[in-house]
Amino acid sequence: MIINHPLLGPRDAQEFTYLGDANLINRPDWQSENALQEFHDYLHLRDNPVGLHRELWFHEQGDRSWLVVTRDTTTHEITDVKLARDVARANRASEVIR
Amino acid sequence: MRYSGFRLFKEALTGHKGWAGQWRDPEPQDAYDYLIIGGGGHGLATAYYLAKEFGGARIAVLEKGWIGGGNVGRNTTIIRSNYLLDGNEPFYEFSLKLWENLEQDLNYNAMVSQRGILNLIHTDAQRDAARRRGNAMILNGSDAELLDVAGVRAMYPFLNFDNARFPIKGGLLHRRGGTVRHDAVAWGYARGADRRGVDIIQNCEVTGFRIEGGKVLGVETSRGYIGAVKVGVSVAGSSGRVMAKAGMRLPIESHVLQAFVSEGLKPIIPGVITYGAGHFYCSQSDKGGLVFGGDIDGYNSYAQRGNLPVVEDVVESGMSLIPALGRARLLRSWGGIMDMSMDGSPLIDKTHIDGLYFNGGWCYGGFKATPAAGYCFAHLLKTDRPHETAKAYRLDRFMTGHMIDEKGQGAQPNLH
Repeated sequence: MIINHPLLGPRDAQEFTYLGDANLINRPDWQSENALQEFHDYLHLRDNPVGLHRELWFHEQGDRSWLVVTRDTTTHEITDVKLARDVARANRASEVIR
Repeated sequence: MRYSGFRLFKEALTGHKGWAGQWRDPEPQDAYDYLIIGGGGHGLATAYYLAKEFGGARIAVLEKGWIGGGNVGRNTTIIRSNYLLDGNEPFYEFSLKLWENLEQDLNYNAMVSQRGILNLIHTDAQRDAARRRGNAMILNGSDAELLDVAGVRAMYPFLNFDNARFPIKGGLLHRRGGTVRHDAVAWGYARGADRRGVDIIQNCEVTGFRIEGGKVLGVETSRGYIGAVKVGVSVAGSSGRVMAKAGMRLPIESHVLQAFVSEGLKPIIPGVITYGAGHFYCSQSDKGGLVFGGDIDGYNSYAQRGNLPVVEDVVESGMSLIPALGRARLLRSWGGIMDMSMDGSPLIDKTHIDGLYFNGGWCYGGFKATPAAGYCFAHLLKTDRPHETAKAYRLDRFMTGHMIDEKGQGAQPNLH
């Protein structure tokens, strides 16, 4: 697989390590009423979709950036790659608007 | 029809015209007492033991393709009872005991071959771990022998003993482990279940669950609605997508595990060899092909095929252990979809939905568990209580902190 890094261009997936579902960016609030349940769900439960999957890849043997990669789990085709930093900032911005 | 030497002799003399089909092809009825979703090894074993051990009932197995076309048809056929932890070892020992009696029980030749499994040791720390594991196995009624280098050399003189990075320093031998003809396991259980009245319904995909007031009433399928008192889901690899239809999220990710077969060779490897340091295991099939594999590819996949970096990694590991492997041609490779749970151990439990039961999360260990998983799942479906050996396989163990971290390598599927 080739991951099209937004800053460095196409890189072999071998340079990266995989963490899992991109929702791991959205860490629950530890002070919430329901924090125990939320952290259980966050840590252990997964949507595990067939088809498009947004996931976190770490460019360990490169610039050490985290990427959000959108990949099809049935074909391994990668359709979108973003810096995780940008995704997290966009999430935070949308929360402020809300 | 019972199989026997006499029957075989008679058929041989009469042109083999008397062999009948091994199971019927019935139309689905309107309702059943027990519906098992998934016609793989586990689903068929569940139906078989439900019908055999736990009394007569209307039972059906629903399979979206053909029976035995999933993971039971795409694995490396190894059976063993060499686990360490209390939550695991009694279960796998129970499974191995069922394997040992399987052919007599089913009246079916599944080619159960207890040819022995050797886990190689490369460091002093690994020897300590192997000694501890061996003791745990013996305490649970299994068998284990610690071999020194000479002992390993006598069994497998062609291994690379002087590997600079991982020299072989001994091995843990589990003589009762071995291999089984995997397709025959599915066929034998299917035939056994069918003879006890279980309807095996193929080409019948479950498209949804009918759930009212927190109770399951039946399932929607590609062949119409089928009512049920209890529904057991046993669809390893597809657990995520099937349980999502019931609105459940699971502590499971689906990953691909590749395996490989070489061209047919003369007998060179009598047992099973595992090489933990290099992530490689190998046995020889009865047709002569070397069957081997290594790690999962490491990211979510439903592709049923892997990618080349892992092929290279597995073959490199194999070559570093068995240099002669380099002279054999690789005949074929395949990828099976693994139900990777978050702690590397399986789940057999009731769900929060009344009448809906789940068996899955077998990671790469589902094949060896087939008889016990079927038996324990049948026990749970019938009695609503977990079987004695499967008490630890609860869905809520991640909430209560009772994870079964057999490998002790981390909390996400691509680490263990």
